[in-house]
Amino acid sequence: MTDVSAVPGPGPAEETDYQRVQRSPEFQDLRRRFRNFVFPMTALFLVWYFLYVLLANYAHDLMSTKVWGNITVGLLLGLGQFVSTFAITMIYARWANRRFDAAADELRREIEEDEL
Amino acid sequence: MSPHLTAAEATDVGNPVVNIAIFGVFVAVTLVIVLRASRQNKSAADYYAGGRSFTGPQNGTAIAGDYLSAASFLGICGAIAINGYDGFLYSIGFLVAWLVALLLVAELLRNTGKFTMADVLSFRLKQRPVRMAAALATLAVVFFYLLAQMAGAGGLVALLLGIDSTAGQSLVVAVVGALMILYVLVGGMKGTTWVQIIKAVLLIAGAAVMTLWVLAKFGFNLSELLQGAIDKAGVGGEALIEPGKQYGATGTTKLDFLSLALALVLGTAGLPHVLMRFYTVPSAKEARRSVVWAIWLIGIFYLFTLVLGYGAGALVGPETISSAPGGVNSAAPLLAFALGGEILLGFISAVAFATILAVVAGLTITAAASFAHDIYANVIKKGEVKPDGEVKVARITVVVIGVLAILGGIFAQGQNVAFLVALAFAVAASANLPTILYSLFWKRFNTSGALWSMYGGLISCVVLIAFSPVVSGKVDPVTGASLSMIKDTSIDFAIFPLSNPGIVSIPLAFLLGIVGTLLSKEKPHPEKFAEMEVRSLTGAGAEKAVVH
Repeated sequence: MTDVSAVPGPGPAEETDYQRVQRSPEFQDLRRRFRNFVFPMTALFLVWYFLYVLLANYAHDLMSTKVWGNITVGLLLGLGQFVSTFAITMIYARWANRRFDAAADELRREIEEDEL
Repeated sequence: MSPHLTAAEATDVGNPVVNIAIFGVFVAVTLVIVLRASRQNKSAADYYAGGRSFTGPQNGTAIAGDYLSAASFLGICGAIAINGYDGFLYSIGFLVAWLVALLLVAELLRNTGKFTMADVLSFRLKQRPVRMAAALATLAVVFFYLLAQMAGAGGLVALLLGIDSTAGQSLVVAVVGALMILYVLVGGMKGTTWVQIIKAVLLIAGAAVMTLWVLAKFGFNLSELLQGAIDKAGVGGEALIEPGKQYGATGTTKLDFLSLALALVLGTAGLPHVLMRFYTVPSAKEARRSVVWAIWLIGIFYLFTLVLGYGAGALVGPETISSAPGGVNSAAPLLAFALGGEILLGFISAVAFATILAVVAGLTITAAASFAHDIYANVIKKGEVKPDGEVKVARITVVVIGVLAILGGIFAQGQNVAFLVALAFAVAASANLPTILYSLFWKRFNTSGALWSMYGGLISCVVLIAFSPVVSGKVDPVTGASLSMIKDTSIDFAIFPLSNPGIVSIPLAFLLGIVGTLLSKEKPHPEKFAEMEVRSLTGAGAEKAVVH
């Protein structure tokens, strides 16, 4: 089934087009995919960020440990925040471009053609 | 430039005539570009959203331009030069915060809104009260952000022209305000976007040159650079590379560090002038591309500031920085002077100045849009207003905001600008972010929840700042001078101990959103939520680019 406006099933008489789309399996699948990606990713970077902040705030000795020359553990972990931010950005962009856009575009076309 | 500067010459940095000549040329060039770009301003979509015709990379560069304000350049460099590792938190927090915007907000917002944050928030809630709250929150964020930019402008000019007198600095702030009003009145959003793009390129290029120069002086060895900063600081210099120099003293200051970290990471996705930039691109995909571009540019720039901050510590020294006109905010220009004499100082200062002007222009137009579009057109006129009438009110708002910014700038002189911007972040994270997230992701969320969260977050945040050591009662233990905005040390109403309120006001605002929603008997609007959710994820019915 590709035409989301023809999703079967009884609903209240005043149900809108958007509600029909919202109930459709295509949209539910899109929504699930989106949430399954961005929510765990958000949790991941927030936990990593606050782990870093707590270490910088309460583990001064660990963070001041010198690894090489004057390069400390704290500096390396701080730079690690940059690395992880760049990595998550690229991973998300790749995922969205390859996996998400096509499905979203198809649904959008169907909705807009249906409305016209 | 002679390397044998005496101490007396060192405080009088550069030749004011050269500084101002380079600055004047730069301002003239940008104004010409604004005038050229503004020829196509016709509709409200043009004025606020640049006709939605910018590409992702262009808009990403403009976002970086908006974001890399005086706080990022002058503030962070100064914080790292003086406080070492603790200043690094600003760079990290300001950057990681972009992931919240990228993953949760940018694209969904682009798909559902029109011009301002309030368009999205009022989508499935009661229009007028929510627009009013969102507009007030926007004005509050913009106000704190403007204070920071004005403090930076004042400090920079004080250093450039060797102006120490309060009256002289106030005059300079007035001139900056007048220029900014001109920028926005003439150019609108399309004009300011071009200014942001040009300025972002110049700022990042200038910082890159300085970074390479500093690293070259230390044999491209970061450890040697840190050693240089340690040696220059003298006794106790080791503390510069360890955490806790600024925030490690007591349990309260450590809590302040946590509060700052929270405000930084959650603030960006609630900044109205950043959110507005997502509407200057034609689609959600371009909004994504622009954020990816912005993250790379901003992240690389913050890596530069780490080198520049320690470089200023090593080559200029914390004591010289603190005692210079402009104080802690003068670390970057002083470093430029130490590296390349008057020419580099003149160039870097001009770029920093353009940065402040452009950011102020971006902020002002956001405030103008939110007043004209949200309060005037939708609340006062109830949507029955001609597009050109709205633009007229926006222009008047620009003038009013300009005057307020001038007054505020005079008041906020001498504070670290990165710290001041962090207050704007706290307001944004408290008043805006909870409602944005709830309205995008929580089906049951309603008007009452939005109002509780927005007003609760806004009021608690502003009140806590007013009763914090930032405004009154903070005294330098060594010199006895006031470190607060109110310089009279006998006035002390700082009953809240933290200088950043985020750790209290942000969780409170999230909680109030839930409580307000659950206590309300408002009828849910499943059809509105369906429309919002479908549109936000698929882009159906989103605002298109304006074709000329």
